[in-house]
Amino acid sequence: MADKLIKEMGLPKSMANVFAARNITTAQEALALTDFELMLLLDVGMAEVSSALARISEIACPPYQTALALMEQRIQKEGHGGHLPTGLKGLDEALCGGIPFGVLTELVGPAGIGKTQFCMKLSLLASLPTAYGGLNGRVIYIDVESKFSSRRMIEIGVQSFPDIFNMKGMAQEMAGRILVLRPTSLSKFTESLQQIQVALRQQQVKLVVIDSMTAVISGDYGQGASRQHLLGWHVSFIKSLAEFSRIPIVVTNQVRSQTRDEGCQYSFQVRSTEDPVGYDSHLVAALGINWAHSVTIRLVLEAKSGQRFIKLAKSPMSPPLAFPFNITAAGISLLDDYGRELKGAEINKIHSHGHSDVINFDGKGCSDQWGKPT
Amino acid sequence: MEVGRLPISASQRGKLIRAGYTTLSSLSSLSPSDLARELNVTNSEALEILKVASLNSRLDRTDGGHAIFNGAQTAWDMLHEEQLLRRITTSCADLDNILGGGINCKEVTEIGGVPGIGKTQLGIQLAVNVQIPVDLGGLGGKAVYIDTEGSFMVERALQIAEASVLDMVEYNDLLRKEHRKCQVNLKPNDLLESIYYFRICSYTEQMAVISYLDKFISAHKDVKIVIVDSVTFHFRQDFEDLALRTRLLSGMALKLMNLAKTYNLAVVIFNQVTTKYMEGSFQLALALGDSWSHSCTNRVILYWNGDDRYAFIDKSPSLRSASAPFSVTGKGIRNSASNHKRIKLM
Repeated sequence: MADKLIKEMGLPKSMANVFAARNITTAQEALALTDFELMLLLDVGMAEVSSALARISEIACPPYQTALALMEQRIQKEGHGGHLPTGLKGLDEALCGGIPFGVLTELVGPAGIGKTQFCMKLSLLASLPTAYGGLNGRVIYIDVESKFSSRRMIEIGVQSFPDIFNMKGMAQEMAGRILVLRPTSLSKFTESLQQIQVALRQQQVKLVVIDSMTAVISGDYGQGASRQHLLGWHVSFIKSLAEFSRIPIVVTNQVRSQTRDEGCQYSFQVRSTEDPVGYDSHLVAALGINWAHSVTIRLVLEAKSGQRFIKLAKSPMSPPLAFPFNITAAGISLLDDYGRELKGAEINKIHSHGHSDVINFDGKGCSDQWGKPT
Repeated sequence: MEVGRLPISASQRGKLIRAGYTTLSSLSSLSPSDLARELNVTNSEALEILKVASLNSRLDRTDGGHAIFNGAQTAWDMLHEEQLLRRITTSCADLDNILGGGINCKEVTEIGGVPGIGKTQLGIQLAVNVQIPVDLGGLGGKAVYIDTEGSFMVERALQIAEASVLDMVEYNDLLRKEHRKCQVNLKPNDLLESIYYFRICSYTEQMAVISYLDKFISAHKDVKIVIVDSVTFHFRQDFEDLALRTRLLSGMALKLMNLAKTYNLAVVIFNQVTTKYMEGSFQLALALGDSWSHSCTNRVILYWNGDDRYAFIDKSPSLRSASAPFSVTGKGIRNSASNHKRIKLM
């Protein structure tokens, strides 16, 4: 919309010529100037400028819809009303159907908690035929840290949907729908994103997974303003990809420890005398507060007292629930479909308590591990 | 002089106010057929109203000094006008209290907070609450929702709309036990139908939609609230020229204020949060910088205080600085339950 050409907007000939003479060809360039500046630049009267700007704004403005029309369109045209069911009943209910289309969903948690496992399960689900609850489409998996294991994914498939995967050739078909990209630098990653933009228009891509965003961004560039700037461009781009093609995009994020300098109060709040950092390692999501604003759904995976939890830390349509889960041969499974509602800011905290117990166990007294050699 | 003091029937007055005519000057250049069309009354009724209006304005001009300046109003008239204008409730009594009754029309209110605090929730709640019928104390208007981040989820809007209809029916039943005159005929889908949704994907589109709103609202005069969620997103991502950003933002703020005043509607804009190094430590502050902080009439900050969500009036020409707790429930924004729950359990 921003790139709409002024000469195609139906302005009176004289005005269109004046714009062209001053090298203002797109709506973006015209709207970047105020009324007064344009008047000075184009050397025409205020009335003409106002009416020209009104016309340009009207054309550059995207069309509106009533919320009702939006809802009906989603229900009719999109699978499951615009959601990718995760197969985890409690989570799907809380998310009104599953991972929503058109927005960014973030998975954040400490290392080894199960983010990649979840991503692999989601990739599989998206490739399944609609009769089995999938989206019947291709998946693009951007695997920055080389954690994707096709063998593990087939195992998840065989364990979760034995009747499909035991059919001849089905495993090959499903696995054939998942494209794995392994960009080795930020510039390669940017290239991949642009290629994805093209692919989205032509092929039946139904899900994009980026695992992990943190690894891509923290690679080459330092801290501070330049990193934020770079991240900003990528965030906008990825969000627009999701929006225009109406697909879910799942991004994983890592954690870092909370530094003392972290702002957590406003100037008008009374500074609490108690030290907010407790005894267990207090972690926060990486990539900053700007990133936290940009994602629409944030799922926090954490370990508390040796039990893993998946929490809905940010979701416009769900209460703040935490579900205990385990990693099984069939991927992720919830231990309890009702979840526990957490009060207040607790939902945002990331715990890593007893986490080492969870990943280094030796198979005694815990849920079945998926053949990981000890 | 304002419409509230005209010797006309209450229903006619109500219709005039709803259509946006609160002062006599706004009626002065109108023809009877236009007025009849706007108010949905007969031509003769419209003519009557205009006659009464012109008579009263003539009486007024002999003693008033405001014939000298075009568009000027005395402070007394403004006070009366403000008392006539209804405020949009947030569905949380404590929050309404510190806001002086609710979100005010004719003003731009900026609301900011950390991610997940409930800004979009409040936005959807206001978009639904503006539609509460006049008979139940609301504005009976429609909403424009400008979504720049994609955080508006229709499923959630439906949930909030359903809860709102149930609340309205309950309130109606309590209010008119004897005279069951008015029935709440609204259904949740009707509420969704009155929310005009724009999805904005770049800062140019954001500038374009705000300029276009002038034309849109003159064609849809029943819009009583414009919500921008959020104003920050596109200006924060990859803006290199900060001077341009400041210019564009101030131009946008002016246009929004103009919209609010011309069409008598409320403008609510949401802002994000950033960390700033102030007074020797890092603190949270609303994004977009210091020059932006002057642009809005009112500024409300939503924050966490322990386990509860609070709202703080950071800046307002008429409201006192105060905090109030609120909560986000399955039904939308409601009163903070912490005190009540304990009492009930006992």
